[in-house]
Amino acid sequence: MLRFIPILTIVLMIGPVSAGLIGTILPAFGILPALGGTTPSLEPWQALVAQPGLGASIRLSLVNGLIATFVSVAIVMLFCAAWQGTRTFHALQRILSPILSVPHATAAFGLAFLIAPSGWFVRVVAQFTGWDRPPDVAIIHDPWGIALIAGLVAKEIPFLFLMTLSALPQADTDRTAQVTASLGYGRVAGWFKATLPRIYPQIRLPVLAVLAYSTSVVDVAIILAPTTPAPLAVRILGWLSDPDLALRFMASSAAVLQLLIVIAAMAIWIAGERLVAVIGARWAIDGQRFKQDGAVRGVSAVMALVAAGTVVLGLVVLLVWSVAGFWAFPDLLPRGFSLRLWARELDAIGNSLTTTLLIGIPAVVIAATLVLACLENEVRTGKPAGRRAMFLIYLPLLVPQISFMFGLQVFFSLLGLERTLVSVVLGHLVFVAPYVFLSLSEPFRALDPRYGQTALCLGASPTRVFWQVRLPLLTRAVLTAAAVGLAVTVGQYLPTLLIGAGRFATVTTEAVALASGGDRRMIGIYGLFQMVLPFAGFALALLIPAVLFRHRRGMGTQNKG
Amino acid sequence: MPEVAKNGLELHDVRVRLDGRELVAVDLTIAPGEIVTLMGPSGSGKSSLLGHICGTLPDAFEVTGQVVLDGRVLDGLAPQDRHVGILFQDDLLFPHLSVGGNLAFALPAHIKGRAARRARVEAALGSAEMDGFYDRDSATLSGGQRARVALMRVLLSEPCALLLDEPFSKLDSGLRSQIRSFVFDLCRKNSLATLMVTHDPEDGAAAGGRVIELRG
Repeated sequence: MLRFIPILTIVLMIGPVSAGLIGTILPAFGILPALGGTTPSLEPWQALVAQPGLGASIRLSLVNGLIATFVSVAIVMLFCAAWQGTRTFHALQRILSPILSVPHATAAFGLAFLIAPSGWFVRVVAQFTGWDRPPDVAIIHDPWGIALIAGLVAKEIPFLFLMTLSALPQADTDRTAQVTASLGYGRVAGWFKATLPRIYPQIRLPVLAVLAYSTSVVDVAIILAPTTPAPLAVRILGWLSDPDLALRFMASSAAVLQLLIVIAAMAIWIAGERLVAVIGARWAIDGQRFKQDGAVRGVSAVMALVAAGTVVLGLVVLLVWSVAGFWAFPDLLPRGFSLRLWARELDAIGNSLTTTLLIGIPAVVIAATLVLACLENEVRTGKPAGRRAMFLIYLPLLVPQISFMFGLQVFFSLLGLERTLVSVVLGHLVFVAPYVFLSLSEPFRALDPRYGQTALCLGASPTRVFWQVRLPLLTRAVLTAAAVGLAVTVGQYLPTLLIGAGRFATVTTEAVALASGGDRRMIGIYGLFQMVLPFAGFALALLIPAVLFRHRRGMGTQNKG
Repeated sequence: MPEVAKNGLELHDVRVRLDGRELVAVDLTIAPGEIVTLMGPSGSGKSSLLGHICGTLPDAFEVTGQVVLDGRVLDGLAPQDRHVGILFQDDLLFPHLSVGGNLAFALPAHIKGRAARRARVEAALGSAEMDGFYDRDSATLSGGQRARVALMRVLLSEPCALLLDEPFSKLDSGLRSQIRSFVFDLCRKNSLATLMVTHDPEDGAAAGGRVIELRG
């Protein structure tokens, strides 16, 4: 049984992606029998090309995606280079981990409330300049998409940071840093010359996932990106949601175009990697020490802190808005506070929390079971998953959601599973499982294999070794992975919206739906409620092992999550 | 299980190879109660040989020859069915279980009843001069206590042979001779065919049995 689980897992990852892509590509060429499309044609493409501002939409998606990814990667690498192994590093590590649990949409709303013309930052400036009305400039939805880039960077930094963190021990980085320092290299140069080439291959897939996400993001873009025209993915969602069903054909060809944009972005990125590798190989051995790197180190710390601080401050401003009474510009705080809206929304919120859990808990339980079974199978057969299998598990994160979610919806309706809980859970599973795998595989593989060998030689069956030795030893890692998975399902916007066809109102779909209305108090409430479940998940992941093993001192060091 | 003759551990021309390179080759029989020491530099495949005997060696290794324990051929058996105990240089006490829990984990299921099982574990603790340690967190033990619990844990699983993988190399030198004689005495008392690998000549001398030098 166990040995079929890896195949099953890959089928559950690849199946929906391929079914979804086929279900998108066929309508893109005019074939969608349900809507009367039976003959192949290029009409959808002609209609798409005729759309005004298509070039600008493409440019926004491609350029902003690449810039956001580059800036995130650069800040994370620079910060790790400058501070790895120091107290600052560990302090930031503690701030960034909880930030990972903040859903993208919440972070984007928080950022919007900070930088909008009537946001906190401008209000602070207004205290000195004496403005009595907000400046008339588009700071969010700015035509260059800078707000979108900022929102993506603030949220991707924690992810890339944690991915880098789990790659660091494999490169023996602490001792490498000592060696480069003793050879006279500055911290940053030593890290870039000796450590980066060893860890970059480990974080490459997560980086490409960030690139695919940034190039095709929908929810953050609805909140922060330019609107005339919007990035392509946002416009596709608009066409898909249009009451005119004929637009679905054009939307499908646009979704295929979106896939091509992501592929182009990856090609550009990979070409960039090559270039950096060639130049870097020469640079690494040219003997330049860069001993004076205090300024670079300072800048990198400031950038990382600004990114983390923005998300945290954004949460605070959401909280203030959610209880704000009358709040005039340029006051820093509202004149009064009221819980009236919270009380009014409580029932509705309760319902959307229930729906969110109804989708999230099965998705997380299935994902954790599959991942544990795959990893346990690795231990028993002694064969770790190869790079190719890893790539397959990552595939759903590398393909733009909008390019296969519509097709998947078509596919599910063929099966008669349209708008059912089963199909929405499967849709979420595609994204939850890779993250659970990412989170759990490292601690699982790092567990000393001799625990299992000892237990076997004491006469315990492999099943007993799993349930009574490996699983208890990994309690915290498993719960942390489940919390990561929960945060992922809570944050899902497109799969819930498209596959559920609007039937499943989760905290995230509700919150993003509020974006266009601009009611800041309601956005504050729903934005915060998006946080509640992921945060509770991570809190439980810390609390449960602490209570369970309160008399087991050895579990503290053993069980790093 | 019918009573079988105690012939000890027989290694018939066992050769362990990795990527075509022979790591170790042995042909020897270890009588019950005998302690044989394999000496060799690190990387000489000593641990791989022990892994092969207890059945946990990864498939990547090619092994030829036959391993027989008390007349039973072990090759192909699952590790849990071999009745071969192993001690590593780390004690590997399970940190999520109490001292008593660690020992009860090893106690075979045919000893039934909570009271009976507890009594067996308490007796084992008594023989290691660790009365009253049943509910202790294993992380709070001293190095010597941990080593003794690790040995008692193996013995409670009723092995027919015992493998020692540099078991004393991480102990303080003061503690080392004390734990050595504790382990060796119990091996003889329980008539265990014992195979020890080490690179410390004193281990071999203290064991008082045959010492076989492996080439590097």
